[in-house]
Amino acid sequence: MSIKKTLLAASILLAGTGFAIDSARAAGGGTELLHKAWPHDGIFGKFDKAAAQRGFQVYREVCSGCHSLEFVAFRNFQDLGFSEDEVKALAAEYEVTDGPDDEGEMFERPGKPFDQLPSPYPNENAARAANGGAYPPDLSLIAKARANGTDYVYSLLQGYSDEPPADVEIGEGMSYNAYFAGHQIAMAQPLYEDGVDYADGTETTLEQHASDVATFLTWAAEPKLEERKGMGLKVMIFLVILTGLFYATKRKVWADLH
Amino acid sequence: MSAGSGTNNYANPVIRWIEHRLPIFSTMDHMVGSQYPTPRNLSYWWNFGSLAGIALTLQIMTGIVLAMHYTPHVDYAFASVEHIMRDVNYGWLLRYAHANGASFFFIAVYIHIFRGLYYGSYKNPRELLWMMGVVIMLLMMGTAFMGYVLPWGQMSFWGATVITNLFSAIPIFGESIVTWLWGGFSVDNPTLVRFFSLHYLLPFVIVGVVVLHVLALHQFGSNNPLGIDRKSPKDSIPFHPYYTVKDLFGLGVFLIFLAIFVFYFPNVLGHPDNYIEANPLSTPAHIVPEWYFLPFYAILRAITFDILFIPAKLGGVIAMFGSIAVLIVLPWLDRSPVRSARFRPIYKWCFWLLLADCLLLGYLGAKPAEGVYTTLALLGTLYYFFHFLILLPLLGSIERPKPLPASISAPVLGDAAATPAE
Repeated sequence: MSIKKTLLAASILLAGTGFAIDSARAAGGGTELLHKAWPHDGIFGKFDKAAAQRGFQVYREVCSGCHSLEFVAFRNFQDLGFSEDEVKALAAEYEVTDGPDDEGEMFERPGKPFDQLPSPYPNENAARAANGGAYPPDLSLIAKARANGTDYVYSLLQGYSDEPPADVEIGEGMSYNAYFAGHQIAMAQPLYEDGVDYADGTETTLEQHASDVATFLTWAAEPKLEERKGMGLKVMIFLVILTGLFYATKRKVWADLH
Repeated sequence: MSAGSGTNNYANPVIRWIEHRLPIFSTMDHMVGSQYPTPRNLSYWWNFGSLAGIALTLQIMTGIVLAMHYTPHVDYAFASVEHIMRDVNYGWLLRYAHANGASFFFIAVYIHIFRGLYYGSYKNPRELLWMMGVVIMLLMMGTAFMGYVLPWGQMSFWGATVITNLFSAIPIFGESIVTWLWGGFSVDNPTLVRFFSLHYLLPFVIVGVVVLHVLALHQFGSNNPLGIDRKSPKDSIPFHPYYTVKDLFGLGVFLIFLAIFVFYFPNVLGHPDNYIEANPLSTPAHIVPEWYFLPFYAILRAITFDILFIPAKLGGVIAMFGSIAVLIVLPWLDRSPVRSARFRPIYKWCFWLLLADCLLLGYLGAKPAEGVYTTLALLGTLYYFFHFLILLPLLGSIERPKPLPASISAPVLGDAAATPAE
């Protein structure tokens, strides 16, 4: 077998695997998601930090009322372009529970950069009690816990409609969402046009809000994305050169055999 | 080893001094060096054995460091994996390399196995070599399955529940065995902790069987694309430098493919649901195993009806384990004296059909078990066993193999050198 044939066979096998997995995902069903070309996609992808910061603002003013972000710490926001002082100031705006102190009492204190973002509810039962039995999931990993997570968040936030298709029955306290599995979602429409004011003058359409939140949550789920892709490029260049050298050496060593 | 003391003529005095007391250099030379004669005509399909060995090493190296940061407890496991991904230096790299490395280990091993099937590498005198290879595959499956449970995501938990429940199909003792496996009455903390312990242990058991596998390999050396024995020294070349450098080139290509996944598609081979923490109260819509188990999963689910006194569930379990058991006895099912499919006009086609059948089963394993998928899975399963249990024994007597070349060097070196070398 020649190298070309071997490589071809390997590619076919890999492609076959990918196909099987994609079709498995597709079997999950649902409407085709809205797609956007994200700056963090692709080999050289980097987060749009301004968008992620706006997304955090929307999270803070709207989503954080119900949804925790338990794996994100204040210090992580330096990745998004916050300075060290800004992170300290941001953390100090939150109250966190610490303790026990010398008397054995828990106490409240201003947040510090090493704190995780405080959750809106003390536990799942409290969250369910406050939301009619539904549990608002933690959003730290939501962009990886759904197929095509960034597009999913982007679509879901724009997928609400007051007039569901005739064949969909919506239960008490539920909303219709075109992109949610089963189209019935317990979360009422969270974002509207002009729902949040942006300081940087960015237009405040629903699409813009959804896009910013999707960017922010993708960062929250995969904060090392830029580091990973940056290192990946160096590794690929190194490996291609190394493999080329191996091939040249192989040709030379084997030359006297043929 | 064969007392290298007689051939201690290394130029370097330090090496000579050590070799005299500990024959490590001559041993290495006989294992993977210039003193290990190898068929001169091995194709690139023979790269995958060493690739599998390197993949195993990579898994152990990344796994040992991951274990330093992981917490095997149902309350902390999921968060400790996120700690690795976010806070541990290069933790994301270690975990993605380990998770995708597992897939690439299976890719290397599956290609290695199908290469053995095509060229008849399992035949006399390499039966034990082959059987230990099947044992390695079984150990790998156990290790990979338990490793997938450790992140304690939804697929971890529900995959563990489904697969451990298979043992409940065993008559009389089934339920007790499952309780014993779980260390309780459901998949819970004791299950997670023992899976972690075994996931750390089994790779070293694999290393042990790999050593035996390589020892058996060295008894007769590699099979080759022609499937004929070596007859003269001209048929062999030393492993080093010829195959060391060829294996290095193969390794480079392998690492490029692995790096593409690790750095650019790290989660494509996983399931999104495993980024949701395990919840015993919420079952995912479709419980899907990792891709490398899909053909076996399809076979398991293909038996949807009772066969005589065997209930459907037990039937599925028997079929699944049977699909591996037939591989163990394969050397005695294939009655043809000719090894390489190159000289077996009918078997060659059967091989490709079997490969297509396995890919079909893999595709079906990813589909919900309903309607036409179940029917196809049953047909695929039947063909799988038909191939091994009926076709192969039959081919031995009805197939007329093509004439074999006189020697390995004959077709390689051409007619001029084909004259006997004695």
